[in-house]
Amino acid sequence: MTAAGLIFSNIHDQGIPEMTRRRTMASIPFGCRYRLIDFALSNMVNSDISTVGVITHYNYQSLMDHIGNGKDWDLARRSGGIKILPPYVTAYENSAAGKLYENRLEALMGSVNFINRCGADYIVLSDCDVIMNIDIGAVIDEHIRSGAYITLVAKKTEVKNSVFDQSAGVLTLDDAGRVTEVAYALPKRGSCYVNTNLMVVSRADLQNIISDSIAHGYKSFSRDIIAKQLKKKPIHAYVFDGFCACISSLENYFSTSMMLLQDNVRRDLFASPDRKIFTKIRNSAPTKYSHEANIKNSMIADGCIIEGTVENSIIFRGVHIGKGTVVKNSILLQDTYVGSGVTLNCVITDKNVVIKDERMLSGYETMPFFIGKGIMV
Amino acid sequence: MFKKKECVAMLLAGGQGSRLYALTQKTAKPSVSYGGKYRIIDFPLSNCINSGVDTVGVLTQYRPLLLNEYIGNGLPWDLDRTYGGVQILAPYQGQSGADWYKGTANAIWQNMEFINRYDAKYVLILSGDHIYKMDYAKMLDYHKQTEADCTIAVIDVPIEEASRFGIMSTNDDGSIYKFSEKPKNPDSTKASMGIYIFTKDKLQKYLEEDSLNPASSNDFGKNIIPNMLAAGERMMAYSFEGYWKDVGTIQSLWEANMDLLGANPELSLSEESWRIYSRHTAQPPQYISGDAVVENASITAGCEIYGTVKNSVLGAGVYVGKGAVVEDSVLMNGVSIGDNATVKYAILDENVSIGKKATVGESRACADGIAVVGAGISISDGQKINAGAMISEI
Repeated sequence: MTAAGLIFSNIHDQGIPEMTRRRTMASIPFGCRYRLIDFALSNMVNSDISTVGVITHYNYQSLMDHIGNGKDWDLARRSGGIKILPPYVTAYENSAAGKLYENRLEALMGSVNFINRCGADYIVLSDCDVIMNIDIGAVIDEHIRSGAYITLVAKKTEVKNSVFDQSAGVLTLDDAGRVTEVAYALPKRGSCYVNTNLMVVSRADLQNIISDSIAHGYKSFSRDIIAKQLKKKPIHAYVFDGFCACISSLENYFSTSMMLLQDNVRRDLFASPDRKIFTKIRNSAPTKYSHEANIKNSMIADGCIIEGTVENSIIFRGVHIGKGTVVKNSILLQDTYVGSGVTLNCVITDKNVVIKDERMLSGYETMPFFIGKGIMV
Repeated sequence: MFKKKECVAMLLAGGQGSRLYALTQKTAKPSVSYGGKYRIIDFPLSNCINSGVDTVGVLTQYRPLLLNEYIGNGLPWDLDRTYGGVQILAPYQGQSGADWYKGTANAIWQNMEFINRYDAKYVLILSGDHIYKMDYAKMLDYHKQTEADCTIAVIDVPIEEASRFGIMSTNDDGSIYKFSEKPKNPDSTKASMGIYIFTKDKLQKYLEEDSLNPASSNDFGKNIIPNMLAAGERMMAYSFEGYWKDVGTIQSLWEANMDLLGANPELSLSEESWRIYSRHTAQPPQYISGDAVVENASITAGCEIYGTVKNSVLGAGVYVGKGAVVEDSVLMNGVSIGDNATVKYAILDENVSIGKKATVGESRACADGIAVVGAGISISDGQKINAGAMISEI
């Protein structure tokens, strides 16, 4: 039994336009030192998947920079390893059609060479908007045991305060875990199973799905494949019970990031010694706290210099926080420079933002104040 | 075929570091942790790559397991190369018998073949005992400009400390006329940093002579340098200004760690243009809890702080429990401090575990020495370890 991975780096980009203007969903920074794709990639690597294709669409410069040759995930391999799959546009044929793929099925059609050549028995498909630390090997095992056509990873969620978007795919399951219905809105109350879009399918079946879709002009993986097939073929759900969150808006990026300050969430995501989350190594020095530093309930990366007060915040690599500054409930991305005497509350700064001395900025929990990349305030 | 290299570095990493006692019971001195996420050997290796020296032989002998594993294929330092890169050179068995490295000079002599494979014109000799950032390319330029046979890097030390070092007496042009190892009455303050550049042919000649002399202790400082001086070879002193610290003793290792703290630290590791590289273990970011107090500290990935940390340097994955107090201490990778425990003026080696309410050391003002606990040792709940104690086995 061998498996290869395919990661969709751009799907859901439109959910969080503030942060995807110049990057893919996959390369949105998250949790002090990671990018969203690190979770999908690490989950695959930790389950011994060593051939991974990353399907890109646009804006993928930052993603390529992040991945490099893949060595930080141990995916710099002679055989297999990581492959970026850019949009397949030929010089002559596509001038009339002239467009990039628009949905998951078209993206798969563009990656058909990778799928045909990877030689694996199973293909694991993953998006980049879901944050979890999951043993994919167990999903594949269940896929084989249940004899399913497609296995979807589902997460049970309470509708109230759900981390999932209102339009998430909601699965109805029978007692054996077979999907009997798919809907595209969360119910009004109670709890439900949400599709994480992490799925396992045999390579042969995926090849058939792709050729069928080309023949019939199918457009949507969920509507034309899953919803249409679930009466005829067994679509199975693997119910994941660890921490799982889905980034679908800036507000929910903010609230999901803040969940990292809960001990049980950090334990679920990071504590397993066999399933570490890997990321690009930056070789920053350790973070230094001055005599005046006052830190409460915060997650902080390496390479920072902190001389002020930080509470309930997520601080990325290389951030400087000056004297007399108070940062509360905020997320400061890589290399943000905050001068002295500044007050920040519910603020998200993108990379390389500079906040000059004595500035006061505040958003609200449900409406964080976002400062774009490189802006000086 | 081997691509020719102008300069090959040979890093002497076989030393036991016996003055570090408990910290080197299980590993060689160059692999002792420093500054949170580094090991001593990261400094010469990073200096090499930052200076454009991409071929490094690492000579190991004493307890090399951790060191070999740490260096691996050299990837963290960009020394995983098709031509050159880093290579571990352990003592080996030859046709005429097998030998341990008998001294620093003998270790290089046994590995002349490595140097000759790259047809190197110059050989840079380094040791794995010091914390410093230095551009070896400038030193090599100086060596070439002065047409020296041997260039020795020197640093100015206070005259009262000069008798602890190998002291060079120089002429105005920087050429050395006298070398005295640990002199009682030093006549110069230029101390050898243990960094040499030799022109290869001269090095080979003197190493060969030395190898034929059974009375020799096969040491650079004791034999090779004095012999070359006596023979009238051109020996130059290259003055280095900047931070340089021998971390061969418990006290100096502690001090070197403390030198990283403060607003204007004596040694800064955050300089973009001269990064110090190290091998990472994919730890999550550090978490400082709501009850924690963190003042004047250096903390790195994987740490979880629920107690108080002051004037201390913490390695990766350190856990400090609720109500625990850590002051004036160096905690290496994976140390765990139980709730309400107290650690003052101490060095705790990797994976040490301190039980709840235990105390290690005394406050720096009244302690008569640094308490040291060796790697992997567990101190049980409520136990007391005195100031200055050296715990290497329980």
